[in-house]
Amino acid sequence: MHKNVTFKNPWLPYLLVLPQMAVTIVFFIWPAAQALKQSFLVEDAFGLSSEFVWFDNFVALFTDPAYYEVMINTALFSIGVTVVTMVVAMLLAVMADGVLRGKRTYQLLLTWPYAVAPAVAGVLWLFLFNPSNGVLALALRTIGYNWNHYLNGEQAMALVITAAAWPRIAYNFIFFLAALQSIPRSLIEAAAIDGAGPARRFFSVMFPLLSPTTFFLVVVNLVYAFFETFGVIHTVTQGGPGTATEILVYKVFKDGFIGLDLGSSAAQSVVLMVIVIGLTAIQFKYIERKVQY
Amino acid sequence: MVERRPLWTFFTHAVLLLGLVVTIFPIYVALVASSHDTTTLIAGVPMTFGTHFFDNYARVILEGTAAPGAAPVGPMLINSAVMALGIAVGKIVISILSAFAVVYFRFPLRMVCFWLIFATLMLPVEVRILPTYEVIADLSMLNTHVGLIVPLIASATATFLFRQFFMTVPNELVEAARIDGAGPLRFFKDVLLPLSRTNMAALFVILFLYGWNQYLWPLLVTTDESMYTIVMGIKRMIAVGDDVVEWNLAMAAAILAMLPPVAVVVIMQRLFVKGLVEVEK
Repeated sequence: MHKNVTFKNPWLPYLLVLPQMAVTIVFFIWPAAQALKQSFLVEDAFGLSSEFVWFDNFVALFTDPAYYEVMINTALFSIGVTVVTMVVAMLLAVMADGVLRGKRTYQLLLTWPYAVAPAVAGVLWLFLFNPSNGVLALALRTIGYNWNHYLNGEQAMALVITAAAWPRIAYNFIFFLAALQSIPRSLIEAAAIDGAGPARRFFSVMFPLLSPTTFFLVVVNLVYAFFETFGVIHTVTQGGPGTATEILVYKVFKDGFIGLDLGSSAAQSVVLMVIVIGLTAIQFKYIERKVQY
Repeated sequence: MVERRPLWTFFTHAVLLLGLVVTIFPIYVALVASSHDTTTLIAGVPMTFGTHFFDNYARVILEGTAAPGAAPVGPMLINSAVMALGIAVGKIVISILSAFAVVYFRFPLRMVCFWLIFATLMLPVEVRILPTYEVIADLSMLNTHVGLIVPLIASATATFLFRQFFMTVPNELVEAARIDGAGPLRFFKDVLLPLSRTNMAALFVILFLYGWNQYLWPLLVTTDESMYTIVMGIKRMIAVGDDVVEWNLAMAAAILAMLPPVAVVVIMQRLFVKGLVEVEK
């Protein structure tokens, strides 16, 4: 945890942690505590008084069919983003690891989309699939497929998954490539001498060795899809058509910030906190094993 | 490749080129669209460049679009830069100080501090939207750069990264510093800071991207057009209701919004990959 050799000073360490503590308490701990408190209260219509109602907000939330719909959307969206990103990134990383020529060029050209904000990626893909003038929407129409994500919920979901996955592929690619490059060449050569072709080598040698990275990426991609894709939803669909692409984080924002339903929004925040705590715990449990302290 | 298989090599390159096409196509279309006038784009996007490239960029930077609330992006770029730099520098400074305290001192509230910092990992802005907004409003930090920056500079990951790194610094250095009569601050300034330089640079790249690409936070704390950041400002250009979207200008703004972070990644590729892999460990 700390060094055996330490300095002695009665007040200096407090001064050093003070800025971090101040920001943490004022902007993280205090608001989180407020959300927790608010989730047990109901305000009257004018916001003048509030009443302690135990778990009523949570009961209302979990008996609301609309909330289930949003949970199903979130599950579909997160799984979609995670699967699309990881399959594409792994394929590209295996290929980039295998080529002799142009490896660094491919690497550079495939990693930069990480720098594109999810919200900007959303705008780019919205433009490609805009029903009236989008390049891809018009191309689909010429082959007889009618694209209009403003009316079709499934198409809207496919669009937000694509837009959210696109900048994220680069991130996964970097991790897969680093993991592949740390596999000893001798293992792959030995498999080749034994007569294994590229496909066999991948499934019997490389894929098992990638499993720690794969597991780590599943967790961080889920965190990304849950919490960092607000910008994609907000720019591309605003949760629509109807509530077809409304995910948990978007609903907290909508109910709390636009609908001003404080109790429900706070209860939703608490549900989200439980989800992050769960995902972080999984992540750290796994990392504890890997990192030497 | 281990053995020569011309067909397989061809297949490999084909897959990678397809990957490049998917990566670059949206940017190409955006660039092309940003070189036409609005009416050309109403029915569809041509595949070749038009002649309005510089007009569009000048207009979007200096004037913005006709959509309500779509301010010029010049000031937005400045706000984004201030926010990104402020967050990156702020996070590094407060994290390295607290990591130094936690590793090199033993004080009664050490573990409390450690767990409080750890807790921030589990409380992203997205889960505490309203109460955090209320705090900012109470401190009258709405529509200020301070409001955009300070609430985001607590960082568990950066603190852990520095802590991890300090643990690998040999104890002999502390002892040597002590024998030479250097106090903790002197040791920090003359020994730890120079040793941390690479880590700080790698972290800076990652945190700059993080700050530049924030969306929800600026959306909450800015209502004044002059305080918008570019990543959240673009939305205003495409939310025009029944009017015609000026896609040429919106795409020019999108290109401008991604240019600085992409340039950072391309120019500092090695630091970027190092930062990314280390931060996530």
